[in-house]
Amino acid sequence: MYNFEFSKPETIQDAVEAMKSDGAQALGGGQTLLPTMKQRLASPESLVSLCGVAEMVGVCEDDAGNLSVGGATSHAQVADQAAKSYPALAALAANIGDPAVRNRGTIGGSLANNDPAACYPAAALGSGASIITNTREIAADDYFTGMFETALAEDEIITSVRFPVPQAANYQKFDQPASRFALVGVFVAKYADGVRVAVTGASNGGVFRWSEAEAALGGDFSAAAVSGLGAPSGDMIEDLHGSGAYRAHLVGVLTRRAVEACGG
Amino acid sequence: MADGGIGAPTKRREDVRFLTGHGSYTDDYTPNHTTYCAFARSLVANGKINGIDTSAAEAMPGVVAVFTGDDFTEVGGNPAGWAINSRDGEPMKEPKRPVLAHGKVRHVGDAYAAVVAETLEQALDAVEAIEADIEELDAVIDMADALANSSNLVHDEIGTNQCFDWGWIEDNRAATDEAIKNAPHVTTLELVNNRLVPNAMEPRASIGEYNPGSGDYKLTTTSQNPHLTRLLISAFVMGIPENKLTVHAPDVGGGFGSKIYHYGEEALVLAAAKKLGRPVKWTSTRTEAFLTDAHGRDHVTKIELACEKDGTFIAFRTETMANVGAYLSNFSTATPTFLHGTLMAGNYTVPNVYVNVKAVFTNTAPVDAYRGAGRPEATFSLERVIDKCARELGMDPVAIRRKNFVQPDQYPFASAAGLEYDSGNYPALMDGLEKVADLSGFEARRKESEARGRLRGLGINSYIEACGIAPSNLVGVLGSRVGLYDAATVRVNATGSISVMVGAHSHGQGHETAFPQVVADLLGVDPMSVEIVHGDTSKIPFGMGTYGSRSLAVCGSAVYRATEKIITKATLIAAHMMDEAPDKVDFEDGIFSVAGTNKTVGFGDVALKAYIPHEFPIEEIEPGLEETAFYDPANFTYPSGAYACEVEVDPETGKVDICSMVAMDDFGTVVNPMIVTGQVQGGLAQGIGQALLEHGIYDENGQLLSGSLMDYAMPRADDLPNVVVDHSHATRCTHNPIGVKGCGEAGAIGSPPTVVNAVVDALQRGGHNVEHIDMPVSPARVWEAINR
Repeated sequence: MYNFEFSKPETIQDAVEAMKSDGAQALGGGQTLLPTMKQRLASPESLVSLCGVAEMVGVCEDDAGNLSVGGATSHAQVADQAAKSYPALAALAANIGDPAVRNRGTIGGSLANNDPAACYPAAALGSGASIITNTREIAADDYFTGMFETALAEDEIITSVRFPVPQAANYQKFDQPASRFALVGVFVAKYADGVRVAVTGASNGGVFRWSEAEAALGGDFSAAAVSGLGAPSGDMIEDLHGSGAYRAHLVGVLTRRAVEACGG
Repeated sequence: MADGGIGAPTKRREDVRFLTGHGSYTDDYTPNHTTYCAFARSLVANGKINGIDTSAAEAMPGVVAVFTGDDFTEVGGNPAGWAINSRDGEPMKEPKRPVLAHGKVRHVGDAYAAVVAETLEQALDAVEAIEADIEELDAVIDMADALANSSNLVHDEIGTNQCFDWGWIEDNRAATDEAIKNAPHVTTLELVNNRLVPNAMEPRASIGEYNPGSGDYKLTTTSQNPHLTRLLISAFVMGIPENKLTVHAPDVGGGFGSKIYHYGEEALVLAAAKKLGRPVKWTSTRTEAFLTDAHGRDHVTKIELACEKDGTFIAFRTETMANVGAYLSNFSTATPTFLHGTLMAGNYTVPNVYVNVKAVFTNTAPVDAYRGAGRPEATFSLERVIDKCARELGMDPVAIRRKNFVQPDQYPFASAAGLEYDSGNYPALMDGLEKVADLSGFEARRKESEARGRLRGLGINSYIEACGIAPSNLVGVLGSRVGLYDAATVRVNATGSISVMVGAHSHGQGHETAFPQVVADLLGVDPMSVEIVHGDTSKIPFGMGTYGSRSLAVCGSAVYRATEKIITKATLIAAHMMDEAPDKVDFEDGIFSVAGTNKTVGFGDVALKAYIPHEFPIEEIEPGLEETAFYDPANFTYPSGAYACEVEVDPETGKVDICSMVAMDDFGTVVNPMIVTGQVQGGLAQGIGQALLEHGIYDENGQLLSGSLMDYAMPRADDLPNVVVDHSHATRCTHNPIGVKGCGEAGAIGSPPTVVNAVVDALQRGGHNVEHIDMPVSPARVWEAINR
């Protein structure tokens, strides 16, 4: 690890100020960034920890029934505090990594990193969430722009994420055997105005919506509705853990299982 | 028997320090004025070193010294410990393995320079400042290509990528060929035994020290056999006299074979310590461990089984390519030959066996013995082809094995692969397995799985291995350059406590608990009064260390023999104390007595008399009570077992879940059943890891694709079933005094074919015509096999 400056502001305003310095890098739970730095593969000049910003930690509901999660909220806190209001999201958070990861890693860190095999991007995109930063609100559909790429500006901070709570939802994760990231993960959410299906782990473009499945489920929210669909097309990841064809196949299987788990 | 003697399931006393943070590992030791070493390692698999400019690195803050291969041209290479001759009588090819790469780098991770600095961070900074002009060459990765292509070589000076072409037993070749040609049925199977990365929890670490006042060197290192490491450094690599070099392996956090061998880093920290007059410390990162620890397995095999229509075996013939990687590690030539070919008769009375092994150099990390070492490869090939044969003949996999078992009245049994099995009872093991694994209830369980959309399969396996490594006379004939005895000194202290200095090294095996049980059993004393000393060449007799399930069978036998000598001498002293002739003195439960009298003297009183020899017959008996024994076994030991595994396959995703695993093993006498059970559980975890998860996989450029725990899948608790371990069907080893056979590797040997047999069985029962899936049997591979 190379030397770096470290600060831990206590307000969003101070964090925004700290991020203005040259070479500043926001630090969530550090579950990706710190191992990368230890391997000398990243060398930020200064780290701005967001975990000391109390107003960015916690889960609450607004009057419209949306669930708001602070950007520095740990996976363990989401698993605990969202269990009643948005059980599918809580279950997803409860199955990320191991207890150490879940108690350090944050939702803002995960969404800012946008690992193509991470779980949270599927929940955000599958729920049509809004990513709220210190300067603006970004719809999930506009936020994920590619593998490890997002609409965030370099010094922008995710302060919270707002999830519309669906009528029913489920996340099916098929583990990559070594990392236990998603080899493929599918998040299905049923809303009054339609169904969203978001897929992580499968595509070189990162998380994506499977529009054919959404259309089919919008008309008939049942396992049968998706059983007949061909595998999603697209630029699937090929690696030592599975071919593109295998991943595409898993998308179909997991989507159907998610719908079944929703009672469809 | 003393309380806590042989057979007692005593809790491991060493666990107190391991579980409370009081273990003391190599990296925990930091002598005053320690400097830190970091290595510059090749990023390419095959490259010509045109030049290395270290000037910028030498000028970096805190840098004390920089070394390159040029600094070690005068010292020797790290040698191979076993000489193999090819079928034509030619000796194997032995290219030099230097301390630091010189002229060429030969695998990703091959070290070509080292920096020593005041801090580790400074050393790492300076490594980045080394400017190496390394011209990348085409990598030699695929073994068949390596053998076919003589223009692209790992070692130019030997003119080939083939290390040897070995036949076992060459005299049986023609008869085996003829038997297969004429056989009514022949089953053929091509398979891969996947490369494994050992991944001991504690990575390697070494600290070199040199005392300019005395000229003494000390190497503290993560070793399974400190005396072997000292011998290699003294006799081959650096020429330091053995009485000037101490090798100390303190607590070691797992080895699994990878810490048997001497590595260049150990020589480097010693040389650097001498040059600098300061301690030099190196601790491997996990990445370095992936790239440079000796890997395991990596065989490509074609096996043929010839039999009668009724399933009676006629012949086994195998052709194997064994990857040895870029350099010969110390036992990499023994593993695919004498630890593999000699076991290819299995538990069976088959009359013809022939094994051909071509060892191949590639631009990959060296491959050497890894938990099981050759026997897992033999067992996997054999037990997979037997299953396929049974299916072809329409026979039950249990029945075909039973039909060919060596029978209990046939011992000693000369196997067709050249070994003499001393004892065993394979039918009894299979009887036990059928009962404990409830094989008759399988169909009901299968139906229940089917109702849930899962394919259930049953895998059966029977194995034999050769342990208690090894009889020196025999292995000497077979090419070993070392002896494989072990040694123990039993020192009874004046007040009756006992120190036992042993040559075996404990790094998870529980010697500190089990060995005292042997001593206590013989002497009738409290095991807690017996303490084991191991790991430090300045304190222990010359032993050959721990691997090959040898510690209790070989070193434990040395402990037994030394303790017998103690009893002999103590009897003389007791006889003197009781004023009786020695042949009138009995010894039982720690008490010397004379029949027909009320004369008794306790063992503790004898010990005290030995060290305070007043009124002592010094003309007849020396004072003191300390004895040493070297023990060289008369034969290998032959643990055996019968395993059963049930799996469920999700046909939609290809995911395999192991529902049950039963290991029915014959380890001979069991000294501590709790430790034995733990050893088997650990072995099963590693075997299941090989079967389902682990794969060291290089791409065509020689980059290790599974070079971190993000891509190399180690087994975790929830990957494993609740295993059943049973060692009640035991037959004593006939040639060592305790009757033990060895248990450290059995689980890793017996389980991989059991799991794969179960997966193939599940798919077959599910209507999928799948004959084989190479390990690891990952979900993707199963799905592809179903949808091929």
